[in-house]
Amino acid sequence: MPEPILELRDVKTHFPLRQGFLLKRDAGTVKAVDGVTLSITQGEVLGLVGESGCGKSTLARTIMQLVPTTAGTVVLEGRELTRGSDAEVQAARRHLQMVFQDPYASLNPRMTVFDTLAEPLRVHRVCTPAEVPARVTRLMELVGLAPRFMQKYPHEFSGGQRQRIAIARALALEPRIVIADEPVSALDVSIQAQILNLLSQLCRKMNLALIFIAHDLSVVKHISDRIAVMYLGKIVELGPAVDVIERPLHPYTRALVSAIPVPNPDVERTRQRIVLPGDPPSPIDPPAGCAFHPRCPYAVEACKAAVPPLIPADPARTVACVRLGEI
Amino acid sequence: MPLLHVTDLRTSFHTRNGVFRAVDGVSFSLERGETLGIVGESGSGKSVTCYSIMGLVPQPPGRIESGSAVFDGVDLLRCTPAQSRAIRGKRVAMIFQDPMTSLNPYLRVADQLVEPLRIHESISGAEARKRGLAMLEAVGINDAERRMNLYPHEFSGGMRQRVMIAMALITRPELLIADEPTTALDVTVQAQILELIQRMQRELGMAVIFITHDLGVVSGLCDRVQVMYGGRIVETADTRTLFHAPRHPYTRALQRSIPALQQKGSELYTIRGLPPDLSKTSPACPFAPRCEFAVEACVTTPVGLVEVAPGHAHACLRAQRGEI
Repeated sequence: MPEPILELRDVKTHFPLRQGFLLKRDAGTVKAVDGVTLSITQGEVLGLVGESGCGKSTLARTIMQLVPTTAGTVVLEGRELTRGSDAEVQAARRHLQMVFQDPYASLNPRMTVFDTLAEPLRVHRVCTPAEVPARVTRLMELVGLAPRFMQKYPHEFSGGQRQRIAIARALALEPRIVIADEPVSALDVSIQAQILNLLSQLCRKMNLALIFIAHDLSVVKHISDRIAVMYLGKIVELGPAVDVIERPLHPYTRALVSAIPVPNPDVERTRQRIVLPGDPPSPIDPPAGCAFHPRCPYAVEACKAAVPPLIPADPARTVACVRLGEI
Repeated sequence: MPLLHVTDLRTSFHTRNGVFRAVDGVSFSLERGETLGIVGESGSGKSVTCYSIMGLVPQPPGRIESGSAVFDGVDLLRCTPAQSRAIRGKRVAMIFQDPMTSLNPYLRVADQLVEPLRIHESISGAEARKRGLAMLEAVGINDAERRMNLYPHEFSGGMRQRVMIAMALITRPELLIADEPTTALDVTVQAQILELIQRMQRELGMAVIFITHDLGVVSGLCDRVQVMYGGRIVETADTRTLFHAPRHPYTRALQRSIPALQQKGSELYTIRGLPPDLSKTSPACPFAPRCEFAVEACVTTPVGLVEVAPGHAHACLRAQRGEI
């Protein structure tokens, strides 16, 4: 197996809750990310799926060191980011970049495309000031934007083009890993296809590792090599993309897969759909044992007793369910 | 006689930057109990079509230039305010994409839930509350008695959408217009809400217009689908025909750009170019500048919907001539 470039070991990100005005008192903890172990190799695309509030965006922010880690370690190419000084983290961010969901909010409206793309080059001093225009031109060509638009502002572009600018900004420092947090959710279907094609081309061309976060499973299946399914701060299933979507093992993954409407009336009208009751529980006070047991159609007494560990189901896949093999 | 018959609806927005023809000659009809899907990307005019029917287009800047929308013998675009009040919110109801912005944050759920009843039926407060409670239970809210007294922010997204549906259905409407009701929700919650709409439709026997950009949602829910582009209907057919034998190049392109229908890892089909500029429309095909089959005639010749088989109509000049 190739050496992983990013490794997470039992990472936890908890947020304390305080109540009251002057005399603040503890009112519990939000366990947004609660013990995630994960690794990604060079050139791999890892899809991260789950419902809103399951902690997938917090996990991304934890990897980026944008929020403090409560426990566990994040290791990028052998360097431990969680214990690093600010300067070390800053230097490491060069290899670790992010693309956000909303290209209307993540670009500075007062900066031209040139300024936006030149800023990371200047901050990290990767080239001389004289080389900057040539680099920016190359970046724009790389993401399929005409360099003549260099002096335009974000509002002059469409949603899809803005997302291209955001991708170019993430690639400016030639990172090893890009984390894309719902990069196509705000776009129309026809534009979404363009951005997905661009991302997979870039991964191949630059041998880039990509963590692709989305709630649309068909999009994630299309682009990813492996998929991790999260529920309430924990990974419940992790394996090759096709296996996870076509032969899901964890009851939650099964429900998630069966909830996606199929764009084919013959299939959609005859297939069995698992409709989960209720909403995901609150991460402040998660249910004891397996967090999914109150909504799980297969839950037994044992599910309430202890948190199930991720166990290998086949050589490439791990699943956190005590009834694995029985159901 | 159809329940709703829309003919040549044209709605435009007059702004400082020009006149935007959001809906440009849309005609369709809907039978009692039928489910019609309207599919299109942002700016295709699918929402404005329904807003025009419901009288929700702000005027100005909006203007309904021409057309009629006859609901059970009454033209909703030309009737008196009193006639319109008797229909909107009672016989025709609407639910919206974002339940947080469509519920009043200052009112308890119980108060806004029974408001349509208090307005449209002479009913006592206690009676209205009883009907409201029954409706909340029908849409699957547990512990409805207590929850009725809460405010919208105390509900989750899926619960709020259930409250919206309860509110829309409390007067037992004959037509429900649903404008992307599940777009803001998670897939598992979306599945719950779609089931709920289908069940309520069976129970009340109402017709539904379902606006969405998700072809997957349409495939399970709708009897008939119409695809909109640049303010016009470009293709309409029963759901099976539309999915298995689409004729208009835009419908085909939409299907080919969905990842779910493609080979994993393969290049996704993309539609070149940009969505149309609605301030510069012509009677010719709005999709022609992006269409891979377009010829000179597509840009110059006016084109309209032509029925090619019973119930299947499209507005592609070349497909109508049998060239593609």
